[in-house]
Amino acid sequence: MPKIIRRGVITADNRHGIDADAETTLPGQVCTLAQWLKLADKCGSAVQLEPGQPPAPLLEHLEDIELVVIHFPVLTDGRGFSYGRELRERGYLGELRASGHFIRDQLTYLVRCGFDAFQMADNTDLEAALLSLNDFSEHYQAAVDEPLPLFRRRQIAAS
Amino acid sequence: MNIQTICRPLFSGKVAPREGTLPWGRHGEYDGLMYVYDQYDQTIVDERVAQFRDQTARFLTGQISDEAFLPLRLQNGLYVQRLAPMLRIAVPYGLMNSTQLRKLADISRDYDKGYAHISTRQNVQLNWPQLEEVPDILEELASVQMHAIQTSGNCIRNTTTDQFAGVAPDELDDPRPYCEIIRQWSTLHPEFAFLPRKFKIAVCGSRQDRAAIHNHDIGLDLVTDAENNLGLKVLVGGGLGRTPAIGAVIREWLHPTHLLTYLEAILRVYNQHGRRDNKYKARIKILVKAMGVPAFREAVEQEWRSLKNGPTTLTQQAIDHARSFFRAPDYAILDSEDARQDIQSRCMADPIFAQWFQSNTQAHRMPGYRIVTLSLKATGYAPGDITAEQMELVAELADRYAYGEIRSTHQQNLVLADVRMSLLYELWQELQPAGLATANIGFLTDMICCPGGDYCSLANAKSIPVAEAIQSRFDSLDYLYDLGPIELNISGCMNACGHHHIGHIGILGVDKKGQEFYQVSLGGSQSKDASLGKILGPSFKQEDMPDIIDTILCTYLSLRKAEESFLETYRRVGINPFKERVYAQNY
Ligand code: SF4
Repeated sequence: MPKIIRRGVITADNRHGIDADAETTLPGQVCTLAQWLKLADKCGSAVQLEPGQPPAPLLEHLEDIELVVIHFPVLTDGRGFSYGRELRERGYLGELRASGHFIRDQLTYLVRCGFDAFQMADNTDLEAALLSLNDFSEHYQAAVDEPLPLFRRRQIAAS
Repeated sequence: MNIQTICRPLFSGKVAPREGTLPWGRHGEYDGLMYVYDQYDQTIVDERVAQFRDQTARFLTGQISDEAFLPLRLQNGLYVQRLAPMLRIAVPYGLMNSTQLRKLADISRDYDKGYAHISTRQNVQLNWPQLEEVPDILEELASVQMHAIQTSGNCIRNTTTDQFAGVAPDELDDPRPYCEIIRQWSTLHPEFAFLPRKFKIAVCGSRQDRAAIHNHDIGLDLVTDAENNLGLKVLVGGGLGRTPAIGAVIREWLHPTHLLTYLEAILRVYNQHGRRDNKYKARIKILVKAMGVPAFREAVEQEWRSLKNGPTTLTQQAIDHARSFFRAPDYAILDSEDARQDIQSRCMADPIFAQWFQSNTQAHRMPGYRIVTLSLKATGYAPGDITAEQMELVAELADRYAYGEIRSTHQQNLVLADVRMSLLYELWQELQPAGLATANIGFLTDMICCPGGDYCSLANAKSIPVAEAIQSRFDSLDYLYDLGPIELNISGCMNACGHHHIGHIGILGVDKKGQEFYQVSLGGSQSKDASLGKILGPSFKQEDMPDIIDTILCTYLSLRKAEESFLETYRRVGINPFKERVYAQNY
């Protein structure tokens, strides 16, 4: 079972992984978007989005979905950052997992965009990767982890 | 009375206090001069240095691959060049104080070969740093409130603006507070660090556009609506490079409090839909073209609906807070008639000073003051290069004559923005021996030139030797003045760092079967009447370039009417007369 980081701890992932060719998927198995769209019952479902698949079709079912995996086939394709943020801004509360070829140095950005789980293609040293979660203690922008931008927090601190 | 007592330096040469700075409202020694970090800014920059130190160490011990380290180092300004790494240091919207410039002088001496280069994005580049030492350089920069964050890479780059912001007589509103607001918002923005391609924003606050806003991914123009309310006109999709484009207006007027949410909406559309399959088609200008301006506008408006009035909406206090850093220094009340007479007699007595006064100083919005441009375009030196000694001298002169403030320009010069007219002669006397008083600002030899094949690994051809050959050929100031204002821009390849498309005369290095050739274009302009240059025809050999330029200039002189400038003549007669003459010579 692959190890992932979930909410700041290293843990085993016990879910059935994606099988893009399967006609039918097991309950709780991670689906491709095409498989997921065919699910009659989306309650407790898990779906993986690829770059080029914005989360629009998911927005009606955010309360039913248990896991959204956003796949990063290469570390420089940043579309997933916007997908994650959009899902959280629209009220998605389930697990939001980044998977693929991102690196530990991107974790703070991912966390800020609402990701709470990380399935790294290179998971040889997740202990070290955890350290990167603490790279920054302060931020300028409002984001999922900090609802107020710094200019508003400065204002509050001064009043 | 000596200079020190006349020109009270607002900045005494010490770094502003880090500890105990109040979070809101206190500026300390840089009062009114420029943005000053509080503990939040300092924390972010310090943590960034620590992060990069760790990343570099992991890279050097083989824990990060080349491929993974690439975006990390780029986003800290570090390129790997032809001969050595190049470090690009951010000068936010071109504004520095004398302490920062002294620090740059020290760094260039301690970690490099004793000189630096002003880039066309108003940044400062070091050409020979050692990778292992870059974290130390960044730490030194952080100690004077500087950094190299996002000076390269596919992210939001340093926001640029008018080098005469705050002092230009034609200014509607000071663009710098908005630049600072954008700087903070874009710094380490979590959603937009891995865009399809680099992203550049420029802000203009004056009638005449000195920030080339039509050639940026986003151009912002401070304008008023019919009721005279100040707002921002938003242009998207301008750019240079392989596919030059003039930005399209997607919003005529935006209330300033919506600035950041609107930018966020644009970036979100771009991040999701910009092309990632071909880096030459990845800039936002290609997306805007592919979608068409109305559809692009609609996509932005739709994204904006969910962001508008959210927490990222600016408050008036936040704008006022940013504004409070850019108040005018306490100018003396001067009699402009006295100043004019004084200068007139100086000019009569010393024609060389008169030339410099004419070409290198500009009108200031305060009577009795001038804006002074220090030319980094002396013949025989690479355009935009400055030595450590020159930096130190400029820092000292800035303290004595200009409230300790220095600006870098996208034409690769430096500016002292607030100099009393009565002190210009003394200032000029100090600049001259240092090679900083070449009286060529705005003329042919004040050219923009990228580092080109001497330094840059992407180059098709060298650009500095072409610049130097043209400079030495046209060294006579009288001839330059007769030619009038001409902007000549040189890039060593399609990436167009030397802005060749928007030069009145543009030169582009091209590769022809492994040989360096140069393509010439005419008629570009970076002003509000922006236009892109037209290619003259087949390209030329390096050694022919001065002759080609000469023929172009002679053609202009023979065709011009009365006071017509080069660009005006070109616009009237078109490219054909130039083409005929140049290619009649058989190059
Ligand atoms: S224009 Fe080309 S050669 Fe010149 S600096 Fe840019 S990338 Fe290098």
